[in-house]
Amino acid sequence: MKVKGVEALLRARFAFVFVVAAALVVGACGQQAKPGGSGSPAASPAGGEKPQAGGTLTFIVNAEPPSFDGHRETTFALLHPIAPHYSLLYKFDPNDLTKVIPDVADGNPAVSADKMTVTIKLRQDVKFHDGTQMTSEDVKATYDKIITPNTAAGQSSPRAGAYAVVSAVNAPDKFTIEFKLKYPSASFLTNLASPWNFIYSAAKLKADPRWYEKNIMGTGPFTYVSNTKGQDWVAKKNAAYFGKDKDGTALPYLDGYKALIITDATAEVNAVRSKQAMIEFRGFTPQQRDDLSRALPNDLAIQEAPWICVNYVVPNTKVKPFDDARVRQALTLAVDRYAGSEALSKTTIVKDVGGLMRPKGPFAMSDTDLAKIRGFGKDAKAAKDEAKKLLADAGVPNLSFKFLNRNITTPYEPVAVYLIDQWKQVGITATHDVKETSAYQADLRSGNFQVALDFNCDFLDEPDLQLAKFWSASKAGKGLNFAYYDDDELDKMIDAQSRETDPAKRLKLVGDIEKYAMDTKAYQYPVLWWYRIIPYLNVVRGWKIGSNHYTNQDLTTVWLAKK
Amino acid sequence: MIPTLVGVAVLTFVVMRLVPGDIVALRYAGSSVPQDVIDRERALLGLDKPLWAQFVDWMTQLAHLDFGQSLWTGRGIVDEIWTRLPLSLELAVIATLFAVVFALPLGVVAAVKQDTWADYAIRVFSVGGLAMPSFWIGIMLVLGTITFFGWAPPLVFTPITEDPIANLSQLILPAVSVGYRYSAVSMRMTRSTVLEVLREDYVRTARAKGLSESLVVVRHALRNALLPVVTVISLEFAFLIGGLVVTEQVFNLNGIGKLLVDAVAHRDYPLIQALVLLLASVFVLVNFVVDLIYMVLDPRIRYA
Repeated sequence: MKVKGVEALLRARFAFVFVVAAALVVGACGQQAKPGGSGSPAASPAGGEKPQAGGTLTFIVNAEPPSFDGHRETTFALLHPIAPHYSLLYKFDPNDLTKVIPDVADGNPAVSADKMTVTIKLRQDVKFHDGTQMTSEDVKATYDKIITPNTAAGQSSPRAGAYAVVSAVNAPDKFTIEFKLKYPSASFLTNLASPWNFIYSAAKLKADPRWYEKNIMGTGPFTYVSNTKGQDWVAKKNAAYFGKDKDGTALPYLDGYKALIITDATAEVNAVRSKQAMIEFRGFTPQQRDDLSRALPNDLAIQEAPWICVNYVVPNTKVKPFDDARVRQALTLAVDRYAGSEALSKTTIVKDVGGLMRPKGPFAMSDTDLAKIRGFGKDAKAAKDEAKKLLADAGVPNLSFKFLNRNITTPYEPVAVYLIDQWKQVGITATHDVKETSAYQADLRSGNFQVALDFNCDFLDEPDLQLAKFWSASKAGKGLNFAYYDDDELDKMIDAQSRETDPAKRLKLVGDIEKYAMDTKAYQYPVLWWYRIIPYLNVVRGWKIGSNHYTNQDLTTVWLAKK
Repeated sequence: MIPTLVGVAVLTFVVMRLVPGDIVALRYAGSSVPQDVIDRERALLGLDKPLWAQFVDWMTQLAHLDFGQSLWTGRGIVDEIWTRLPLSLELAVIATLFAVVFALPLGVVAAVKQDTWADYAIRVFSVGGLAMPSFWIGIMLVLGTITFFGWAPPLVFTPITEDPIANLSQLILPAVSVGYRYSAVSMRMTRSTVLEVLREDYVRTARAKGLSESLVVVRHALRNALLPVVTVISLEFAFLIGGLVVTEQVFNLNGIGKLLVDAVAHRDYPLIQALVLLLASVFVLVNFVVDLIYMVLDPRIRYA
């Protein structure tokens, strides 16, 4: 094994991860003042409060998880109730979201000099809920399932592509795991903290490759108690959990939790208002936040943060006249995003103007550079005039089309209504074609639309994730790129940034991609980035909002203040 | 009965396949999931088979009383339904009791006291029930109890056998919001049929014989007026089993209506087919029971 210069390399590699995460969170976690009432927004014990043990956290999940297998699913509805049953190799520090910290790993990874081998020592005190010890065989089986799922046995792994750089996963001894890479990767280490990568038991997977689709058995801080479909998910504290806080107190603090499945927005608000639920971890609208603030002035805390979720305007480049870059450029030029932000952020969950990477995030363009991109300048009148000229040049001064959207009120419908109004101001007539999600998805995937409002959410500010939709539609972007273009030049640019391990150089490459994809070619472009708002009962402590609704959900450090 | 259910089964299968949408694409909506994963998942669920093959598979399963598994959760269809059925049944029963308790006496009073203040008050009450949607009444009830009492119905279903108080705490408000409209329909039907019967010759004859007014109304008028009322009440009961989608959402009730809507949204074909069959069976069964009640109420009715 060619592991050498471990300390220096480790620092260099993890420094990058930390810088990414740090910028992400510093930019993201601008906690907002809560309405009246008590104390600071209850986030972490860092505020000087000593965590209190006991109690049951009751929270809302506004969708039902399909299967229980985190490797197979992609919805937060699985993570919120199920993540606390499992551990990861690495995770984001719940007390300081600027850090990636070991979970079942025993320290930081060692990276070989050629950056092609990553070696990780494992903790030796980790036990599954059935009492068996976790070893490297379990971690290997876990990552084999994620990276090379046994499709013949019915396993499925939608994130296998994120680990395409891995050539082999080895278990050289009982408590060491080794990843062999095909080439140095900028995002691999960060991906080891993916919230979906639950550590599974090799024995369970061997007995039944699909066992985890219907069963729970992890090494996490909470053990499974019950699940009533469509109603709730109940868990209790894992007394044998290996984690301890900085004072050496055993984690988790909670005795257990109950996740209530509530799919109706009004019922969600009523559940918090009547104090039957303490928190919902995905997010509420500004209106719901204000309703709760008025109803519970002394019992509510609020945290807010920019969100790694965004809506894209996607012209179908296979359909005329959207094969003409001038028409696509006109569509983005017509939209005054800054006025949209001002208006829409009062009513729905969008706020910041940004490029392909989250605004204020570690890969975000500077405001100056962003303003140079068509559609992102501050002079709305000049942009609209240019849009009209481009449409006239393209021979479609009175362009009309159907604008495909899904029937979700927050934020799809208000965003689409705003776009349609903006387009109208340059002579474009867009008909709002609202479909329920399944039919909308079918149209997107079959290319049966002219222009659509697409969306994307990720767990991390990472160009490999946010640019996944920009690969050529017939190659790596198949099933992801709904603008349906093929562009070898753009593919090369995306590939180059992925292999670039120097953060500064990578940032420059990502900026070039944004300029090319949003402006020069105007293939598809963001409208407004989402904004996450979490109003919750202020007895909940030790939870800190992040820039996504996927990470920081194992509830190890969450506790309940006794009133 | 059997031909009706087979017809419903075929129709449901065909109609759902005509509706655009794909459970796998929906499952991975908003995520960067490659097409080959989508295709593999579809094959895993058997959705890549020709329609006729899917239909044959399903009918074969049905013949063996095997409803299969939910495409969304992978759980058995019977389990999925059984989890929700007790709540829906209980809610339907409570709402029906609520409706009957109010509808029959008030309907009779309104008929007997036609064009008096009592009749007007009852008619205003019933028109209110018809005019206000049940879910709106439900929202107002929840907001009212939260605002004035800081209380809302429990969000988790507790079987009546385990804790009757907790059970009724959860179901009483939804039952009232649904039962009010239900009772309004039944009340108006009772009033009009009783009014009609009160003008019949045999009622006049009964009165001429010197029977007391209460005996005339209860024994001679009401019994004969009940046939259409029973029909309305029974059809409403059947509707309540699966038709309370919005009310279930307002009160976060884990019932059959919400399950059906979720199944349609997910394009969970086996679950939709099973639920539609279940609801069709309930209607058929209720109609059968109504026919039997007709025989009890009117001895002249005989079925071959």
